[in-house]
Amino acid sequence: MRPNWLFAASILALSAAGAFAQPPAAATPQQRPPQRVGGFVPGQQRPPEDPAQVERGKSIYGISCRACHGADLRGGDIGGPNLLRSQLSLSDQKGEKIVPVIQGSMQAGGMPAIPMSPEDAHAVAAYVRSVLGTIGGQGRPPSAMEPPSILVGNAADGKAFFQAKCTSCHSIDGDLKGIATRISDPRVLQNTWVSGMFRSGRGPAPQTPRNTVTATVTTATGQKFEGKLIRIDDFTVTIADADGTQRTIRRNGDIPKVEVKDPLAAHRELYPVYTDKNMHDVTAYLVTVK
Amino acid sequence: MIKNIAYAVLAAGCAFAQIRPVPPEELLKPLGANWPTYNGDYSGRRYSSLKAINTQTVKNLSLAWSIKMTPGMGQAGGPGRGGGGRGGFGGSSVPLIVGGEGPGDINAGGGTIKASILAVDGILYFTMPDNAWAVDARDGRELWHYYWKTRGGTHIGNRGMAIWKDRLYMETPDNYLVCLEAKTGKEIWHKTIADLDQGYFSTPAPIVVGDKVLVGTGNDIDSPGFLLCFHAETGELLWKHYTVPMQKGDPGLDTWASLDAARHGGAQTWIPGAYDPETKLYIIGTGNPTPAYMTGKRGEGDNLFTCSLVAINVDTGKMAWYFQTSPHDTHDYDSAQTPVLVDGVINGKPRKLVLTAARNGYFFTLDRITGERLVTTKYGQYTNWAKGFNKFGGPEHDPVKDPTVGGAIVSPTSDGTVNWQPPAYSPDTGLLYVPEGNGFSIFYLTDVDPRGSMGLGGKEEVPLGTAGNYLSAIDYKTGKVVWRHKWYGNGGSGGLLTTAGGLLFAGDGMGNFVAHDARTGKPVWHTRIGNISSAPSTFLIDGQQYITVATGDTLWAFVLN
Repeated sequence: MRPNWLFAASILALSAAGAFAQPPAAATPQQRPPQRVGGFVPGQQRPPEDPAQVERGKSIYGISCRACHGADLRGGDIGGPNLLRSQLSLSDQKGEKIVPVIQGSMQAGGMPAIPMSPEDAHAVAAYVRSVLGTIGGQGRPPSAMEPPSILVGNAADGKAFFQAKCTSCHSIDGDLKGIATRISDPRVLQNTWVSGMFRSGRGPAPQTPRNTVTATVTTATGQKFEGKLIRIDDFTVTIADADGTQRTIRRNGDIPKVEVKDPLAAHRELYPVYTDKNMHDVTAYLVTVK
Repeated sequence: MIKNIAYAVLAAGCAFAQIRPVPPEELLKPLGANWPTYNGDYSGRRYSSLKAINTQTVKNLSLAWSIKMTPGMGQAGGPGRGGGGRGGFGGSSVPLIVGGEGPGDINAGGGTIKASILAVDGILYFTMPDNAWAVDARDGRELWHYYWKTRGGTHIGNRGMAIWKDRLYMETPDNYLVCLEAKTGKEIWHKTIADLDQGYFSTPAPIVVGDKVLVGTGNDIDSPGFLLCFHAETGELLWKHYTVPMQKGDPGLDTWASLDAARHGGAQTWIPGAYDPETKLYIIGTGNPTPAYMTGKRGEGDNLFTCSLVAINVDTGKMAWYFQTSPHDTHDYDSAQTPVLVDGVINGKPRKLVLTAARNGYFFTLDRITGERLVTTKYGQYTNWAKGFNKFGGPEHDPVKDPTVGGAIVSPTSDGTVNWQPPAYSPDTGLLYVPEGNGFSIFYLTDVDPRGSMGLGGKEEVPLGTAGNYLSAIDYKTGKVVWRHKWYGNGGSGGLLTTAGGLLFAGDGMGNFVAHDARTGKPVWHTRIGNISSAPSTFLIDGQQYITVATGDTLWAFVLN
């Protein structure tokens, strides 16, 4: 057990140290699988539709419905509503809601009667239900566009900002050398430099010497302890020595004195200071640092 | 097995002899020995008049009991479970009552207690999604367990039950209102709240007012929000109030680009409101507009009555007034926070007030009779999504801080300075206590389709970390933050409690349950039981004051020793 654990820990440490340099390719937003909201129980799945019926319905939809309701059912150019958020189509079980509408029950509301056989109308309903079954968590449409490039800034302005605000800690010939090659996706690059941490999604960033928080604890008698900050709250502070030995010290108000050094604090202090143009400009500059 | 059941009946007989119907008038009284509704009383203050546990005695507060709950049918009726869900405590098996319209094989996974814990005459009633329990408050013994076989829906949380006479009411994720017999947990009836196929899922605690049960729901896929009113006895639907315009001529329609946009506009009723018996107004916060992160086809208007406090007459179901806290929201800053009713003094004049510290970083004091705005302040230290105020005194969103293609740095995150967690107000200090999270995110617009996205889609939010999380105390007269107590974690989860003992209870997000001095915020007692998942509450039995709170699947009770 123990050797395995140590082995796992060293792998973690290695990958953490290398994380800033080589982010895993899976981190690019485009490649991430669609997120399901936590706690969603897919128990009430829509029953599977007959594939032949769906295929037929899709063809008929393309002929008779697409112009108004859109190729992706999210509404079309001639003003037909989005069928993916239509309460009527969402509630449809076996055509009982959709088919009458196709046949003209909502003409007063502007939906004309569409000439097609009842069988074809049922096929269209089956196709609509099959697309509804692909809606993502929290109502995300199945047919989102490819996100546009986030590069909207001015590289020259970004360079000036970088030289004014960032060069006391960072250098494009040093720690950031080739940053745009190492992090090729501009969105990931922006998220990384703004926070100072490599991260993907909401998970914690891996620790590196550059982002390790340390603390110095000075007791009432003047004794000093220094090390990596493991945890802190109002009641205790825990630090680790260089060899990993942890020490937990009780806190009572201002005693002992605790000084926390967070290398990333400088990044956080800039969040309220940046304008969005500053951020866009610096990113436009950093993507040129190949 | 048979023997166990016999024991259960015997044990149950003893406990159930204490059951007394709770007349609805009892909910009108200030909060004391019992905790008979979501916020304890109708005011939303979460202020208890109990003071045996106070700033002097709290140092002696210690564990009375704890119980770990097992949701679902898994261990139902097994020997050894009865003594508090852990085995080895003696006692006998617990009656399991099963209801529901689902197939019974859908496993919703591990449950978390996010419910308010009702306390009535020595019995506690609380929930997880699909599960309700009665527990003996003296020793934490489970008395009965009701399990609802779900048809599906988002199982994100359940805020607890309501009580009327000898009946309890619970909402389910697949949108049923279930009425249970308080004595036995047996189902009396269940009624449909909303259509699961339309993406609704129900999390709120129902609120009993007289013989009415007020029921909210939720939805993330562009369906209209509404509040329902059922008859407590029969389950008959008395009225349904939509929170967005649904017909031509409905108020607020001119703030939407079209009737179709309004009818898909959201404004869900996620969290129970406060009730003013004098005006018969039920005041409740509404959710975000949809699509949430862009204008889409909503139009440039305010999109009423999303992100608003709305006051609804409980007899008629008609809206008396509204105040919009986030006009034309684009960050999912819903206004589903618990409003707090306070009788106070503004500019030397006695006023009947309602307070809300909204998710968007702004605090408001309103007149609760008319909805007139009296105070607006920004309490979120770095809140930056708005520029100035509109003519009604609501913050005006700054379009450059909407989600953009290049990214916008915004505080707070979409989780807000505060989320659903109920605040607390002490009339002794005149302070409203609220969690204040000053996180930043980059908001990217990822779907630039001119039709707009749907639900919460079409954006990517990258959290950057926090510039400071606090337990904050706001003076309702000025809207100023009087003190901030720094939290090292995401404190305030579950919600807050304050008492006449001069105490304010909160989780600190670092695994501690903490009692603060309500005047200064200074911690005066703590215990490390894990992060808090439900708002703490307090009650009295046998002359002894209890504090109860949940961490995940475990309920804890503390007394003075």
